Parts: sequence; C-alpha cells; structure tokens
Amino acid sequence: MSSILIQNGTILDPSQKLERKGDLLVRNGKVAASGNNLGKADQVIDARGCFVTPGLIDIHVHFREPGDEEEETIASGAASAVAGGFTSVCCMPNTKPALDNEAQIEFVFQESERVGLANVYPIGAITKSRAGKELAEIGSMHRRGAVAFSDDGVGVADASVMRKALQYSKMFDTVLMQHCEEPTLSGGPMHAGLMSTTLGMPGVAAEAEQLMIARDLLLNRTIGCRYHVQHISTAWSVELVRRAKRDGQAVTCEVAPHHLLLTDESCRGYDTNFKMNPPLRSAADVAACIEGVKDGTIDCLATDHAPHLAEEKELEFQNAPFGIIGLECALPLYVKALIEPGHIDWMRLIELMTSASAAIVKLNKGTLREGADADVTIIDPQRRWTIDAEQFASKSRNCPFNGREVTGRPIATIVGGAVKWRLQ
Amino acid sequence: MKAATAEDKRWTRKHLLGLEELSADEIRFVLDTASSLKEVSTRSVKKVPALRGKVVVNAFWEASTRTRTSFELAAQRLSADVIDFSESGSSVSKGETLIDTARNIEAMGIDVIVIRHPAAGAAELLSRSVRCSVVNAGDGAHEHPTQGLLDLYTIRERFGGKVEGKKVAIVGDIANSRVARSNVWGLTKLGAEVMLVGPPTLLPRSFEQLGARVTHDFDSVIGEVDVVNMLRVQFERIKSSQFPSVREFTSMYGLTWDRFQRCKKDVFIMHPGPMNRGIEIQSDIADGPQSGILQQVTNGLAVRMAVLYLVTQVGG
Repeated sequence: MSSILIQNGTILDPSQKLERKGDLLVRNGKVAASGNNLGKADQVIDARGCFVTPGLIDIHVHFREPGDEEEETIASGAASAVAGGFTSVCCMPNTKPALDNEAQIEFVFQESERVGLANVYPIGAITKSRAGKELAEIGSMHRRGAVAFSDDGVGVADASVMRKALQYSKMFDTVLMQHCEEPTLSGGPMHAGLMSTTLGMPGVAAEAEQLMIARDLLLNRTIGCRYHVQHISTAWSVELVRRAKRDGQAVTCEVAPHHLLLTDESCRGYDTNFKMNPPLRSAADVAACIEGVKDGTIDCLATDHAPHLAEEKELEFQNAPFGIIGLECALPLYVKALIEPGHIDWMRLIELMTSASAAIVKLNKGTLREGADADVTIIDPQRRWTIDAEQFASKSRNCPFNGREVTGRPIATIVGGAVKWRLQ
Repeated sequence: MKAATAEDKRWTRKHLLGLEELSADEIRFVLDTASSLKEVSTRSVKKVPALRGKVVVNAFWEASTRTRTSFELAAQRLSADVIDFSESGSSVSKGETLIDTARNIEAMGIDVIVIRHPAAGAAELLSRSVRCSVVNAGDGAHEHPTQGLLDLYTIRERFGGKVEGKKVAIVGDIANSRVARSNVWGLTKLGAEVMLVGPPTLLPRSFEQLGARVTHDFDSVIGEVDVVNMLRVQFERIKSSQFPSVREFTSMYGLTWDRFQRCKKDVFIMHPGPMNRGIEIQSDIADGPQSGILQQVTNGLAVRMAVLYLVTQVGG
C-alpha cells in the first residue's frame, strides 16, 4: 500500500488532547507518525490553514438498503459520508426488510467493503422486523459485528420486551439505542405547541419522548445495560439523562444538528423539509440541548441522515414522511450552532464527532495515535460556502439548510490510508 | 358596485389562504366588496358579468354541501364557468398526489381553484405549485377564511357596521376547528374581544397567545357576551375520549334554554352549520329571532363572490 504525507496542517486529536502544527504520515493503512521532517511519501497533501483530525464518525444514518434504494444505497450513502468528512458511519436497521438477522448484518459489511468509501457499520434491530414483540437474534448479530441495536423509527413500546432486551444485551456489553417516543402520546407531524395550534396540526407532545426515556432509565436502573438515547430533542429529556448520569447509570445520548439550530417556527409555510421525528421543538428545548452539549450530558453528535425523494416529500405536511439528510452539511452546521456562538471549541467539537462517538459503539477508531487505522479528515475551518443540495453525493435532496451560508468544510477524507474524497 | 382594478392597492393578493396573513384593512375591503355584491342576489336576473370567460374549479377532497354549493353559486352569479371536482370518480381515489392533480386541472386553463382538503396547509402547498389563484375553502384544522369572513360580515351587519369592542364567545371543539382559528384572526384584527370556551382537551391554552381569552366555564362568560358562535360537535372526538359523552358535553357547553335566558337581551346567536339540534344548540334558539344562522348562509354567498372577484383581478 501507498503512503500519504499531510503537510503543514494543525493536527487536532482530542483522543490525545493534541493540537499542534505539523505533518501526519500514513502508511499501509495506518497512522505511521506525526511531527516534522517525516520523510518522503507517495502522495503529499498540503493542509496549510487546515485541521487534520481523526476521521469523523456518525453513529446514526439511514442508508435505505435493502428496500428503498431509490432514496439511498450503501454506495451513495457512503459517498455522501466521505463528502461530509465522515470516515465511519453506523446505519440504522429500519430497512425493508429490517436488519434483524446475521445475514443482513453480513450484507452491510460486504456492501460497505465492495463500495470501499466510508466504513459502514450495521446496527441490528432489537426486535424481529422491528415489530416490538419478540427479541431479534441479538447475540448472533453481535458476533457478526453489529455495533449496536435499535428499532429506530419507532421505540420499543412494550415495557416487558424492553426489559428483556436490556437484560439480554447486557451480557454482550453492547449498547441498546432507543428512539424514544411513547406511541400513545404521539401521532402528530410536528411538535405540540403554539405553532401547531396556529398551523392547525396535531402535535407530538414533548412528554412522548420524555416518558420513554424515564421508563427505560427506570427499567435499566438495576440491569445496567449500556443504554443510548437517540436524537434527544427536549429540555426535560436532557435533564433526565443528566440526573441519571449523576446517579451513575450507564446512559449516553446524541443530538442532531437540526435540534441545535431550528425550532418549530420553521414549520410555518408547511415545508416538509422541516418535518422530522423527533420534530423541531421550542427555543427553550434548543437552548437545553446546547447546554447539554456544553456540560457533557450529551455525549456525541449524530446526523440522523434520513433520505427521501422529492416526490415523497412534495406532499401535504401531515402526509409527508419524516426525515432530512445531513451528512454533507453536518460539520458547518455544528460550527454554526456550537462554535460560532462560543459554546465549545474545535477540540471539543471534533471529540464529539470522533472519539466520543467511537466509544459508544466501541469502534477502535477516532484517534490519530501511531498504529491507528488511517481514517483522517482534513478540515478548512475558515472556508465559507453555500449549502447546495443539488451538489450532494446523496441520492436525496431533502435538506432544510439548502441555500444557507456556512463556514467550515472538509477538504479531504482519507479512509484506511487512501484518499476517498477531495473537495473539487 | 365599485370595481377594484389591478392598480387598486387595497387588494393585491392572488390567493386567499387564511385570515392570519390579512390586515384589518384588507378584511374590511373584502367585506365592503361583499356588501356591494350582496344586492345582486336580490335582482330578478341574479347575475353580473364580472367573471365572464373565467373558469373556477371547486376541488373538494372532503365532503361538503353548503360550502361547495355556496362557492358554485357565487361563481355563477359572477358569470364564471364552474367545474366541480370532488373525490368520487376522480383520480383522487387512484393515489395521485395533490400537486399532480392540481397541475392537471390547471393545465385545462383554469383561473381559480377553490380547495377543501383534510390536510392543514394543503391550500398553501397548492398555491406554491400552480399559477392560477387558490382560494382556501378549509384545510384541515388550519383555516376556513371565507367562513371567518362571512361570520365577520354577519356580525358587522347585525351591529350596524361595528365589530370593534364586541365580545364574541366561540364554543365547543376549538382545537380541531378551522372555523375557530379563522374567526380568532378576523375578529381580533377588527378589534373584537374573543372568548374561546370548551373543555381543556379540546381547547389548548396556547390559544391565549393568539390573542383570545380561554375559559372552560361557559356559564362564567354567558352573561357578558354580545355574540355566541356555537361550533358543531364532531362525534368522532367522543370515540377518542376528548370528552366523556354527548350528554355531559351538552350539559357543560350546549346552548340550552336555561343558558340562553342568562344571555344579554340582544345576544346574537351563530352557528357555522351543519347543526346538531339538541346537542350543541337547542332548536328553538337556533330558529328564534336572535339567531343569525340563515343570514350567515346568505352572507356567505356575497362574501365568496367578493373573494372570487378580488383574487381574479390580481395579475398572473
């Protein structure tokens, strides 16, 4: 294999608390050295003015394969990932059929390897067909390499099934990820509040999310399985996780860019690119999520990249599917939400997108230590650009941030020691 | 009548989607236009040539008799051609999207689409997708602007041209009512005081932020209001346990004879129809001298003539 020398950048590696001007040499798929005067390499990349960081990791994406390949495939999703600076992503099992057995898990690994862009890791379903009734073969899928388990798209509504899932999964030391939404309090296309009243649409109560988090934390109190709250979105949800952490519970959570930047006000105009689940919440909820990132209650950032075709989204708000894409604009959106207002610094942001994410799904990644997998992202923190969904590598265009002026952009993505994407 | 022209700055909207976005002046201008058109219906030849050569489509994705008939008649009195497009026998039942259906209708050379749809925002979605005018005839629980306008017209007529300062109670299932929302916007813009009355399960507190007073106790406001607008009880809400029974609803929120007698002597009674007699309103009150229910229907025609006329005068 070849070698790459990344020169003149600022190496930013939260796993080593390292921020230093210098070069990074990768050889044979691994990080070979960092410092100065590292010798010759087959390929040289000039990273002047840029951060050289561990490859970004997103533990929450939807690649729609098998079943909805017109929206996204593992190939197009992986291309979208590297174009957003992501070297590893974890894909949710709500495909058709669901990723609920070891053959499906194997399929994702094989397809990821065949495509050869970002590393795509499968998350297995908690229950068969994600129906919430019977446990799926969590053990077999875990052996095959499933990095986590979730019925994402829906929560496991039945408390006794969820308890069994927590008990059973504990023995593998894997993580159960929950889409927290109590179905009996749900059913609306947007957040319940003044805006849903004004627009005349039924709302999803914030309590739908909070109730399931509270229930799971209670169920897990004596079990102690690793438990992860997906796409946290309300103030009291953040507080529930904060208190559980204080009590020493094994709980983590993630937040998506849109829940740090947008409120339910955006639903005015009935643009379905502002429809996702959980829905856009109130300004107070956004503030609480940001506070959760600042104080460490929120462990990592994840996009919930959810592709849909334009014709599926071009419907009445209440009839359109939930979800927006996020991989190719996530980084600058986090910059806008968290760095520009001064909430956190670049070191912390990269930690939330690399080593912190890797720790939750136990990936041996997210570091630039010598000998680590050579997954590297080169980021120009000053680059100003306009988000243009038409230019995305993703098959879908459902992005509410289309047209936004943003700052900060990956310029090259290296996966396993090979350049997989460069900004044209 | 005084014709509005393309240069007339008092009306510049190609679509009527809701009352929320209208100014008080725009609302008054529609009502004034309706006033001058009301006389047409009293002539022996009930027709003016204002929209001759124009085509109006009634596209109703939800059952309706009175609103559809009212729009149809309004268009005919202005000499427009009217096409009725509703769920039965159309491609709506064949899974075509709203936008596709609308673009197909428009391709036949249409000037106005009057849309009734069960989804909130459907009229706005349509207005972004077609070049012709769009008039919202009710979109989910969002707005029913011509009902709001005809209610305003009827109140204004009843009180000698004055809406400002009047106290109007709207009673019943507020949460799911597009009529209530359009009334709240219209009445508050014209300076009336709106009191919303209903059980908490059908009346969220957030309505206060829209400028209305919210109460769950009908009896506490019954004596002070000038107008009582009773909404229709929707029986499917009982199944979903929004309230326990029709009997209990009537006892707490029905306009019974006993409550009527505690009203102001000149109280004005309204209902958007169709009524459930004996449930939200007692029959002899609905048919009595203080009821404006049939005037609402008559005025609805004039208001819809005004709306169709105004939106077609705006270029495009």
